Amino acid sequence: MLLKLLTESSGVSGNEKEVRDLIMDEIRGYSDSIKIDRLGNIIAYKKGLNSSQKLMITAHMDEVGLLITDIDSSGLLKFITVGGIDKRILVSKSVHVGKDKVYGVIGAKPIHLQKKKEWINALDMDDLYIDIGATSKEDAEKYVNIGDYASFQSDYIEFGDNLIKAKALDNRVGCSLLIDLIKEIKDISFYAVFTVMEEVGLVGAGPAAYEVNPDMAIVLEGTLCYEMPNMDSHLMPTQIGKGPAISLADRTTVYNPQFRKRIEEIAKSNQIPYQYRKSSMGGNDSGKIHTAKTGSITTCISVPCRYIHSPNSVMSIKDYENTQKLLRAILTEYGKGVL
Amino acid sequence: METKALLELLSNDYGVSGFEHTLKDSIINSFNKFSDDIKVDALGNVIIFKKGQSNNVKIMLAAHMDEIGLMVKDIEDNGFIRFTNIGGIDPRTILGQEVVVHGTKDLFGVIGSKPPHLQEKSEQDKAIKMEDMTIDIGLSKDEVQKYINIGDTITVRRNLIELKNNRVSGKALDDRAGILVLYECIKELSKIDHEADIYLVTTVQEEVSMAGALTSSFKINPDIGIAVDVGFGTTPELNKSNSIELGEGPGITLGGNIHPGLRKKLVEVAKEYNIPYQMEVSPGPTGTDARAMQITREGIPSLVLSVPLRYMHTSVEVVDIKDIKDTGKLLAFFIASVSSENLEGLLCY
Amino acid sequence: MNFNSKLLKDLVKTYGPSSNENDIRDFIIKEIENYVDEIKIDALGNLVAHKKGNGKKIMISSHMDQIGLMVIDIDKSGFLRFVNIGGISPYVTLSQKVLFENGTVGVVYSEPVDDMSKLKLENMYIDIGAFSKEEAEKMVNIGDICIYYNGFDENDNIVFTPYLDDRVGCFIAIESIKTIDTPKNDLFFVFSVQEEVGLRGAKTAAYGVNPDVGIALDVTSHGDTPKAKKYAIGLDKGAAIKVKDNSIICHPKVREQLVKIAKENNIPYQMEVLEFGGTDSGAIHLTKEGVPSGVISIPTRYVHSTIEMASKKDITNCKELLVRFLNSNLELF
Repeated sequence: MLLKLLTESSGVSGNEKEVRDLIMDEIRGYSDSIKIDRLGNIIAYKKGLNSSQKLMITAHMDEVGLLITDIDSSGLLKFITVGGIDKRILVSKSVHVGKDKVYGVIGAKPIHLQKKKEWINALDMDDLYIDIGATSKEDAEKYVNIGDYASFQSDYIEFGDNLIKAKALDNRVGCSLLIDLIKEIKDISFYAVFTVMEEVGLVGAGPAAYEVNPDMAIVLEGTLCYEMPNMDSHLMPTQIGKGPAISLADRTTVYNPQFRKRIEEIAKSNQIPYQYRKSSMGGNDSGKIHTAKTGSITTCISVPCRYIHSPNSVMSIKDYENTQKLLRAILTEYGKGVL
Repeated sequence: METKALLELLSNDYGVSGFEHTLKDSIINSFNKFSDDIKVDALGNVIIFKKGQSNNVKIMLAAHMDEIGLMVKDIEDNGFIRFTNIGGIDPRTILGQEVVVHGTKDLFGVIGSKPPHLQEKSEQDKAIKMEDMTIDIGLSKDEVQKYINIGDTITVRRNLIELKNNRVSGKALDDRAGILVLYECIKELSKIDHEADIYLVTTVQEEVSMAGALTSSFKINPDIGIAVDVGFGTTPELNKSNSIELGEGPGITLGGNIHPGLRKKLVEVAKEYNIPYQMEVSPGPTGTDARAMQITREGIPSLVLSVPLRYMHTSVEVVDIKDIKDTGKLLAFFIASVSSENLEGLLCY
Repeated sequence: MNFNSKLLKDLVKTYGPSSNENDIRDFIIKEIENYVDEIKIDALGNLVAHKKGNGKKIMISSHMDQIGLMVIDIDKSGFLRFVNIGGISPYVTLSQKVLFENGTVGVVYSEPVDDMSKLKLENMYIDIGAFSKEEAEKMVNIGDICIYYNGFDENDNIVFTPYLDDRVGCFIAIESIKTIDTPKNDLFFVFSVQEEVGLRGAKTAAYGVNPDVGIALDVTSHGDTPKAKKYAIGLDKGAAIKVKDNSIICHPKVREQLVKIAKENNIPYQMEVLEFGGTDSGAIHLTKEGVPSGVISIPTRYVHSTIEMASKKDITNCKELLVRFLNSNLELF
């Protein structure tokens, strides 16, 4: 299954090769042109019947992860985070390190040996390390190197009421949706762009948008979802099961209201459930896309994911399917003329 | 000119971010005899051009010419000057310093604040904020206003100091050391063949906005962009995992900002010519001009080389001259190894 | 002093928060269409008005957008929850009246808070007098943005009104457009969008115009109120010529030219070193191969509050300075 393959492959920001190769294999043969640009972005073009507007649909390939910075004399690996990871979720997790996917675990001082007052403070990054079972520095260097990337070890499983647990749903879910569109849509022109390094500063998106120079862009994402009993509804950024989330505003874009309302109309007239992304925190590739060159109009459509940026993110298959439906409906309208 | 002498000239001189024009003549005069053309662009970047044997490949090297400093923000009734910072300055490193205020003439001053005798015990343990400091140039307000305006820049008064083992200490070695690397590189390139056209750019405003790197790389639009800056030199209180040793060669960065194919080639060249180097990792955009180069236009494949430097952003930064020379040589040999034949292969993902 | 209070009043009260500037853009077009050679609107909604001339290409940017509050949720009792669009302080917003584009009025209050220093926007809500979600939904939609609703007052020299930031800049630009008959340089007056959320309109407008020189017109803060943080700018002391802020170190040649023109024409001025904040020139100077840029600032008290204050003399002096700068010889650029 595509989403399983995508989430189980490794593509930490700056090291997206494995995911990029996988996506290239999937979309080859379905695009009229594909190129990989100077930063590693995939820029694919599907030629259809002409439209007066240039549309770009984009999803970032990268995930948050870790980067090895040092191997100490006992063979333990020191690391830093790549992209925004709450350091408190790192302890007691397992990871894959480097090209050979060497297994490692993130440990720390046993609780028995800690004073009571130590328990209340989060472990500092300096207290964390990855143990691959090496006996010494020389031993460790047979398997890993400084500069190796590490990603969370987490398999794809379906559970509960049509839910999926996997790592990197942000943003393999966007990649999967975009690959589906590339394979299914015929006769409609659009650019499909898979960007690099979104998680470390929207790095890939700017140069890609500079090259494609779209009039409009749809950014596909996996986004924040947080729901607890008795929580105020305005503090819940999105909710599982309520359909694709349409962004209002975030740290990098205030989304064009006319474009957003058009998308909502399309959802309503096709009876597709949708919700608003209520938080204005966070950002995505749209930030760099809508301000490239002389500017463009963007919207962001996301699948809600719980526990985002952790090894075990969760989404609903129904939300995924409704997002697919919405995207197909949007492209159908676009194919009729002007969005 | 000899390496240490040029470094001394540039370090003792001044050019705070946004006001780098004072340095341009020294730079132009020293690079002149090795280059084919030198231009200064709209924002003040100095663009030094050295022609290659063909013009199929363009490589841009960037070392920033601006330094962090201070700026006059107000003049008190007693003639004392209130100031703010330009770029990242730890206020603890400037208390009690000698400074030069660059008005219509350069005036000497001292940074002071409330004496400890007059402070509460609890105040004495806290660092003093910049807004509580003043610069005393020993003149009355009327006299001060004859020479000094709000907006004038201020730098620490420091002459380069020679330490043991070919190490030197001074202000603004971030990134005058990088400019010296460019100098060593262009000297080396005048002795060897290189296919690529080279643009050595001393960029402006890296410390505040990377305006220089953004706009000069837009103009030049090179195939490869290489930032030459400084890296954290190891000292006892720093982690070995995020610092590089003085005297053991440049740091070659690995990470999202760095093109993996180019980096691999750079390391090969270092090994081939026995030039020492060290690993540096950075997860995303680095704090160097490469951050700006990588995302300009359709994207420019980038590299970062760092000269190890201790006590960054103080006025007693320390570098090893050997590291500057090694970095310059490595750059030159790398440049010579790039041609239109192997470029595509190097840049392929 | 001949001060066009009516124009300023109309400008500050026209609806136009970041991302939704249609109303203010329409208003400005009507004001200037007979005084410019060409009007363009770009993808993000920037209004670019061209007064043709020889000489250098100058982009003059004042932003049309305002800060506001965007509705993200409507609770079952009809109360609206919001996020900020631009710089919004919880303390300044508490108990203020707000206005939506369709005329709906509301007031901003908060849940009971024990410790006022911990007041946050997410504890606050807008009350539009609806008693149920359904009733509220007839009046506003999620995604709608409201602005501060407060009147315009003036005495002989001072104006008191919200949104001098940056409608006073637009005012100066409009007055300049009407004053300049035959421009000595090629002038592009840009009324930009989305400055308050990150100088976004200016970035794309500058890319399109690709000027030789950039000048922004915007408000700056003040240091002349009781125990204010040290800052050398005060009301009624002249046009402020910016040296730097957090988004730009103004090009020395542009700054020096402005000072020279002020001195030669006896226009009172003051030098501005701002330790925070940004303006459209922050985006303009980074465009393409670099654009030497500067800023003429209008000293303003209580920026981003519901009652900002500026001196009519300062505003007039800023306009004088701009007009003379635009007509000066800019060959060195």
